[in-house]
Amino acid sequence: MPSLLEARRVTKIFGGGLLRRRGTVALDDLSLAVHDDRPSITAIAGESGSGKTTLARLLLGIIHPTSGTILYRGRNLHGMARAEWPTFRRDVQAILQDPFEAFNPFYRVDHVLTTAVAKFRLAASVAEGHALIEHALRQVGLRPEETLGRYPHQLSGGQRQRVMVARAMLIRPRVIIADEPVSMVDASLRATILESLLALNRALGSSIVYITHDLTTAYQVSDRILVLYAGSVAESGDADAVIKRPQHPYTQLLVESIPLARSGSRWGQSSARTAARDAPGDTAGGCKFADRCPHVMAVCRRTPPPLFHTEERRAVACYLYQDAPTAGSS
Amino acid sequence: MTGPVLSVEALRVAYHTPAGAVRAVDGVSFSLREGERFGLAGESGSGKSTTALALMRLIKAPGRIEGGRVLLGDTDLLALTDREMRRVRFAQISLVPQGAMNSLNPVLRIRDQLADTIAAHDTRVSGGDLDTRIGGLLEAVGLDRDVMWMHPHELSGGMKQRVCIAMAISLRPKVIVADEPTSALDVVVQRQVIETLGAAQRRLGASIILVGHDVGLMARFVDRIGVMYAGRLVEVGPVGDVIADPLHPYTQLLIASVPDLESKGVFKGISGLTPSLLSPPPGCPFHPRCPKVFERCPVDEPALREVKPGRWVSCHLY
Repeated sequence: MPSLLEARRVTKIFGGGLLRRRGTVALDDLSLAVHDDRPSITAIAGESGSGKTTLARLLLGIIHPTSGTILYRGRNLHGMARAEWPTFRRDVQAILQDPFEAFNPFYRVDHVLTTAVAKFRLAASVAEGHALIEHALRQVGLRPEETLGRYPHQLSGGQRQRVMVARAMLIRPRVIIADEPVSMVDASLRATILESLLALNRALGSSIVYITHDLTTAYQVSDRILVLYAGSVAESGDADAVIKRPQHPYTQLLVESIPLARSGSRWGQSSARTAARDAPGDTAGGCKFADRCPHVMAVCRRTPPPLFHTEERRAVACYLYQDAPTAGSS
Repeated sequence: MTGPVLSVEALRVAYHTPAGAVRAVDGVSFSLREGERFGLAGESGSGKSTTALALMRLIKAPGRIEGGRVLLGDTDLLALTDREMRRVRFAQISLVPQGAMNSLNPVLRIRDQLADTIAAHDTRVSGGDLDTRIGGLLEAVGLDRDVMWMHPHELSGGMKQRVCIAMAISLRPKVIVADEPTSALDVVVQRQVIETLGAAQRRLGASIILVGHDVGLMARFVDRIGVMYAGRLVEVGPVGDVIADPLHPYTQLLIASVPDLESKGVFKGISGLTPSLLSPPPGCPFHPRCPKVFERCPVDEPALREVKPGRWVSCHLY
């Protein structure tokens, strides 16, 4: 059975061409699949510049890969028949970082909800549509009487984001691509929004691709985590395994650096360590993490590491695990 | 025990808008001991950044400091003339601003930006000495000396943030105010920058005020924490105690809403919205959202009182 939405060996290079000989590799040979049989939450975690938003835009069909394919129900998005796009647009929905951009400032917020109802013919009558909208708003913790009739600027960032989640609930997509949906809201609201995303997943069976820089919330909501570093997968696996037993040196560094309120050591007690590089270096050909890696070996600088299957459902792109079978051979 | 390095007394700041005065900081008092790290935590709109800017006297129109005192030693910073304040700024109390990496001048080399700060206060320094001093400052924040010959665009976000820390410590101030110094950085770099800030502060023996929304970061760094809500301090105490046993209902909900790596899929948000500071609710500003609200709360505004040794809270429950 083909997967619902799949990225198969996708590479995206920006720029290049006449003036600059080498483009910027935003995403490098990445594969990912969302299946339809069981609703899942996959977190894509990475820092700025890791390629996570590029991946979101590729999965939404906004941009096309330089090489590789994006498949929707087994069909290549690039060159998909015009008649198939409306179902794709219904099945795959986006929730973006700044919900303000999703609203037209001249329309009341009702607009994004009523057009969704009308466009996807969700209700038989106006009254039924209205009831649907009110129900969806209540599900995300908004009071319809305080939300409807307002303009986008009259709502807080958290409220706007919840209106977008309510919209997704109306449409009941098969997949939601949520790109940093909570990075602009405060901790107290973050919880409410993530809760409604989880409800979407559990109650309506939508799969979610949760794109974030925050490993803590990634761990909180997702079944699987894929850690991106400079456009490549560093490590992927079940959320518990990746966070509790990180295998890639980069994931280890990330997990170690999360400031937790209740446990962990104090920072800034010892003298400043000499600054290690804090951005991916220009390591042409080798592992992109080599310059920052405490375990770097000669081979790391020569050839980029393939994904080694260290455990069941787990892959790590690091030569420390080179005795494990590679992705292709299993 | 010596007196506090800095004490803030009943500080009030308002932004004057056509719709009325927004009381962003409404009677904030706290003090800072020598070498202490104090965290000012709160959500957006709680007044934490306005407090930080007011200490530096950097509030811009339509904002205005409406009252209170900011005592640095024996000097009330709010009573100084602008000229006197300029002399104190950076030399006595310095700021690592929010989004500091964007505060660097893109056309000046790092050396010249640091030299500006130093020369503005110490005109006797000669060129060669200046280079030595700048090199030393850069090394103190874990950067290579040669960074001084670079332009900001050649540096990563974390490196730029370190340059800003170097600038903040360049005149050996007694107090460093760091306003969300790592909010745009990812976790690994955040940790490096905070470690750098801590090391520089210890070497100087300075005190520090860290302003931020991330309670986890506060727990890793500060000694005492002050939690702000609607322009007021609602709780102040040693950071470990406040996180382990928060007293104010707002602090309890705030800390419960911070995700951790222990429990999965349990979220506790705070229902309701932050109040409008144009017309704050009467009585305790948190009462419309408070799960433990009772008759007295909407009528009577609670004062910040010491309910246990070192633990201050403004809530009628105590």
